[in-house]
Amino acid sequence: MNGVHDMGGMDGFGKVEPEPNEPVFHETWEGRVMAMTRAMGAAGAFNIDVSRFYRESLPPTVYMTSSYYKKWFLGLEDSLLARGFIDGDEVKQGHAATPAKELKRGPFKLGDVERIMTRGSFARAAQAPAKFKAGDRVRAKNINPVTHTRLPRYVRGHVGTIERHHGCHVFPDTASKDAGEHPTWLYTVVFDGAELWGPDADPTVKVSIDAFEPYLERV
Amino acid sequence: MPRRYQTPALSTYPESCAYPQDMTDHDHSHDHHHDHSELSETELRVRALETILTEKGYVEPAALDAIIQAYETKIGPHNGAQVVAKAWTDPAFKKALLDDASKAVGALGHVGRTGDHLVAVENTPQRHNMVVCTLCSCYPWEMLGLPPVWYKAAPYRSRAVKDPRGVLADFGISVPKDTEIRVWDSTAETRFLVLPMRPAGTEGWSEQQLADLVTRDSMIGTGFPKTPGAPS
Repeated sequence: MNGVHDMGGMDGFGKVEPEPNEPVFHETWEGRVMAMTRAMGAAGAFNIDVSRFYRESLPPTVYMTSSYYKKWFLGLEDSLLARGFIDGDEVKQGHAATPAKELKRGPFKLGDVERIMTRGSFARAAQAPAKFKAGDRVRAKNINPVTHTRLPRYVRGHVGTIERHHGCHVFPDTASKDAGEHPTWLYTVVFDGAELWGPDADPTVKVSIDAFEPYLERV
Repeated sequence: MPRRYQTPALSTYPESCAYPQDMTDHDHSHDHHHDHSELSETELRVRALETILTEKGYVEPAALDAIIQAYETKIGPHNGAQVVAKAWTDPAFKKALLDDASKAVGALGHVGRTGDHLVAVENTPQRHNMVVCTLCSCYPWEMLGLPPVWYKAAPYRSRAVKDPRGVLADFGISVPKDTEIRVWDSTAETRFLVLPMRPAGTEGWSEQQLADLVTRDSMIGTGFPKTPGAPS
């Protein structure tokens, strides 16, 4: 979706302001939100692409004015409500009032923590031969789905070069709709700064994205 | 998608950058009386949600504690720093790291674990690498811990791909004007770790001494390792 989360190339946000000696969490609740999100995802309430789509789907003003973990909280609550793991009355009361819904991988317990400390693998067996190889010139398609995609706006329509391929991976555009993993080839595609930003761009800049094969067409 | 909250007017956008003002969702809100009522609401909502999830048997609070504790105490930039220091001292490891970082790091028992598709990218005099996630906040958690606020905030995400030298200036650093700047936008499940250049004057240093020079930002590409002898 063409949301405000897709920020590459936007102007006007000001300077980057690193915080010296930044704590891991600024507030205790931030850690609880991070942990609940990881736990409910690991338990099978949603996949990573679904959770990203819920955060992107926050109203733009909410997205822009909420801290990072506040967005995580809002996305988590929205997704659990929409999927029937909790209901609105429970949220209002702050207590469970209905029977639990079964989680795909069961409740998340202490013994499950170790396995989520390593990222899950999104690599899958190839369904078809790769269309592109390193060195191929490709154009990022001009697509504008209203659902989740990992093709940022700033590269759409632009021509770059396949630099490496990463094997076959879960396709976020379908996984985010619970429409299947549809594994597809993933490539690093590199663009010249001038291709993306025009003749005034810094000639020393190159930008790459990791692009799924359906995002690309041969030039 | 359900929406149970009021959309604030855009004019309430609280700041130009960095961490939004609602970071003052304080447990200890003594110095934030002005926004106490609104801010503690988030904390109450988070607690309510955890209560519901616990009462329904979806999550064990002790499991949540353990996740938080791991990121507060075990997983952080020191993990990545060990990997970088080893690459600086062991050419065979460096080659393995650049070929397949997940495999190379996985073989290092003491650093622990990493997921699939970690990619290490090497800084050289000819090329400086920087990592961003313009769409969200993708970051090599196992190597660097949880990302800092600036990495997840609009100023960095918007500008890193268009004006990387300007972003580096915000960090107080610059790279030579004819050095290529390569920005890696983490748009998939690949994760990138920058292998910074080894500082001069560190000949004969041990891996541990070298690891102490490796900063988090140097592994994102928004900083350099510390210089030997300089105050840290």
